[in-house]
Amino acid sequence: MNIPFLKTDALPFCKGCGHDLIAKNTTKALEKLGFNPLDVIMVTDIGCHGIIDKCLNTHTIHGLHGRSSALGAGVTFGTEEPGKKVIVFIGDGGSTIGLQHLMEASRLNLNMTVVVHDNFLYGMTGGQTSGLTPHGFNTTTSREGNPFSGYDICALAHTAGASYVSRVMGIGDISDKLAVAFSTRGFSLVEVLEICPSYGMKLNPRRKLSEIAQSAGKEMGEWLNNRKPFIAHQGRKTDNLLEKVNPIAPSFKSYLKKTTSMILSGSAGEGVQLAASILAKAAMRSGLSITQKGSYPVTVGVGFSTAELNLSPEEVHFHGIAVPDMAVITSSDGLAHNKQRIAKMQGGYLFIDQSLEVPPTGAEVIRHDFRGMGARNASIFSVFFMALKTGIISTECLFLTIEAEGMGEKLPVAKIKEALVK
Amino acid sequence: MQEKTKGNRVLIDGSRLMIEALARAGADAFIGYPITPANLLYQYGSQRMKLMLPAPDEITTLQWMSGLSATGKLPVTATSFPGFALMVESINMAYMMELPMVIILVQRLGPATGTATCGAQGDLLLLRGMISGGHPIPVLATADFNDCWDLAAKAADIAQNLRTPVVLLTSKEEVMTQKSFDLSTLGVIQPSTRKLFNLEGEYKSYKPTDFVPDFLPVTQSNHQVRLNASTHDLTGILQHSNEESMGNTRKLEEKIVQRMKSHGYYTLDEQKDARKLIVAYGITSSAAIDATEMLRKNHEKVSLLIPKTMIPTPDFYLELMMKYERVVIAEENINQQFGSLLFGQHIPANIAFVGSLGKMISPREIMEEVTR
Ligand code: SF4
Repeated sequence: MNIPFLKTDALPFCKGCGHDLIAKNTTKALEKLGFNPLDVIMVTDIGCHGIIDKCLNTHTIHGLHGRSSALGAGVTFGTEEPGKKVIVFIGDGGSTIGLQHLMEASRLNLNMTVVVHDNFLYGMTGGQTSGLTPHGFNTTTSREGNPFSGYDICALAHTAGASYVSRVMGIGDISDKLAVAFSTRGFSLVEVLEICPSYGMKLNPRRKLSEIAQSAGKEMGEWLNNRKPFIAHQGRKTDNLLEKVNPIAPSFKSYLKKTTSMILSGSAGEGVQLAASILAKAAMRSGLSITQKGSYPVTVGVGFSTAELNLSPEEVHFHGIAVPDMAVITSSDGLAHNKQRIAKMQGGYLFIDQSLEVPPTGAEVIRHDFRGMGARNASIFSVFFMALKTGIISTECLFLTIEAEGMGEKLPVAKIKEALVK
Repeated sequence: MQEKTKGNRVLIDGSRLMIEALARAGADAFIGYPITPANLLYQYGSQRMKLMLPAPDEITTLQWMSGLSATGKLPVTATSFPGFALMVESINMAYMMELPMVIILVQRLGPATGTATCGAQGDLLLLRGMISGGHPIPVLATADFNDCWDLAAKAADIAQNLRTPVVLLTSKEEVMTQKSFDLSTLGVIQPSTRKLFNLEGEYKSYKPTDFVPDFLPVTQSNHQVRLNASTHDLTGILQHSNEESMGNTRKLEEKIVQRMKSHGYYTLDEQKDARKLIVAYGITSSAAIDATEMLRKNHEKVSLLIPKTMIPTPDFYLELMMKYERVVIAEENINQQFGSLLFGQHIPANIAFVGSLGKMISPREIMEEVTR
């Protein structure tokens, strides 16, 4: 080992701060394990511990408060080179802002180590209570002692699936204990208990670290899960998204001279969107330009389902439909959803199922029994019926589109043909 | 480029084009968190990118992306305002660390969760002020399917070249609507690259050449890399506010402004002797195109500007507007976001506004304002 991990032994912490011990034992452990400093990526959080960066000869990433375990996770996802080590330094405060990130790294069992510098309070911002502060511990924001108990961060990480979790008293040489975590395959977390002399000691005079830990029920120990680490698959098979869409060459003619806007509307589960896409593709097969969009309630399985289409001999730019040229309504849900727009129609056609009450409209109304084909087929049948009556698309082209889309089995082609003849 | 298909006309949506373009432009990871109306982008991202990860929330999304970017990957995500709001601090981090990535922001109706399935153009001013200090983050707004292709690739390119997060701004109606489209109109996309340090001499993570520092991934072992979200010097070491660190913070602004000067993307359709100008971006530009065409048919002389580089705003937009007697800016909000971006609180009297809330602006509304 030519380059030391630390540039200096004079670390920038207050005298007696446990962070000094953690930093020195971390580098000692890495040296023992034979790492080169530039094979180590140290990700540090906000807090006093985070100012260690400038003293390190490793790669350093200094991020946001609480987010460094997610940031470190991102580094592990992108690290394909073997022999690299991602280590995250975080405080007790940061570990609760970013609790989700710690749980996620544990759950996914990412190849990295998080060292929680647990001195029971926020040091850098003035000694406030954190989510890991033990019950009864004094802080600047709970002078009478913390009324709450702290999280057991080790139990949380272990339960979430970390390969290796340990709690260590930050006294003496802890490098071997840290080395176990650093050499773990998968996620490891070490909670190092320490005291912040500037706030913790002053506000809790005569209390010893071991006594604080004991009264807080913070047992020293190791907790293991026998799990494989997550390795991100960088080279997985991917699809060319454009090869997935089938081109549609025009093989039919349409007489349509100007853009025609249309709404198809019925109930969820009645094939409205499918019918719209058959119509759209048939229109393209007829040389027309198309826009097609769907709208439905957030719960896609109930209520209305509306499709809006523009068919045009020219390219369509604006695709919004305030008042349609044509409306095809196959259920009461569809009618309710479009009543206002139908009322505004000054011309065009309203195709509506004969079971429904005809709403006020200036459109020519054509009633028919669409639902007689069965609720699931009402929408596709209404498209055929509309095509036959208006002639904007040939029914032959619609049948061919169903065939080309491989929907011939799913849709009642023969029944539709029969009904159209009637 | 002629796509190798049996024909070229397809029924397609903008989401598919964006993700394919980004992948071809060098994006190799998609980090997803579901949100309407950005879900199609997530779905395609999961099919297309070499690495796809489902994040547990949007803050994690941005942090994972930043870590990936530090290793040299170009990550992409797609979201809408509620998710974007959660990302803001982390985007600031990536901006400060100078980490390339692309964030697709699909606008929907706000405030807050608003209406998830209703489009809008209400996030421009948020984008303008989202970096603490007011530094500009590059924002490109798509106006049609060809932009979904071209601007997505340019977003990747700017991100890599300028070492910065880039926002690709779009809206619900642009990425969820299916349209017939001719694939043969799509150009060839070259993969974007980051300028790497040549490994000779001392490496400083933030020492700029032409405003942008050379990159080295944290996965190499030749030179020390330091990335820092706090104010830092050229080596990446945290500093309070010394000359070097303030110079670096200033450089974050300068690199975008100076280097983006050559990235002023827009479409200008000028009519000779026209004294009126329509300005519309994003989803509203399609209505503006129709309005322009119909006005001209009615013998009304009118020009059309479709801005695509939104931030930093090219000087050209203002220069152009100054040449016209009357300018109509149309956008789907009720407070003239683009007008405010250009003019601040004192929008000149000859700048008219067509806005809307919860519905698309129609060509007719624009025409009415132009002929008023
Ligand atoms: S304030 Fe507390 S935590 Fe911070 S360096 Fe000083 S002793 Fe350590």
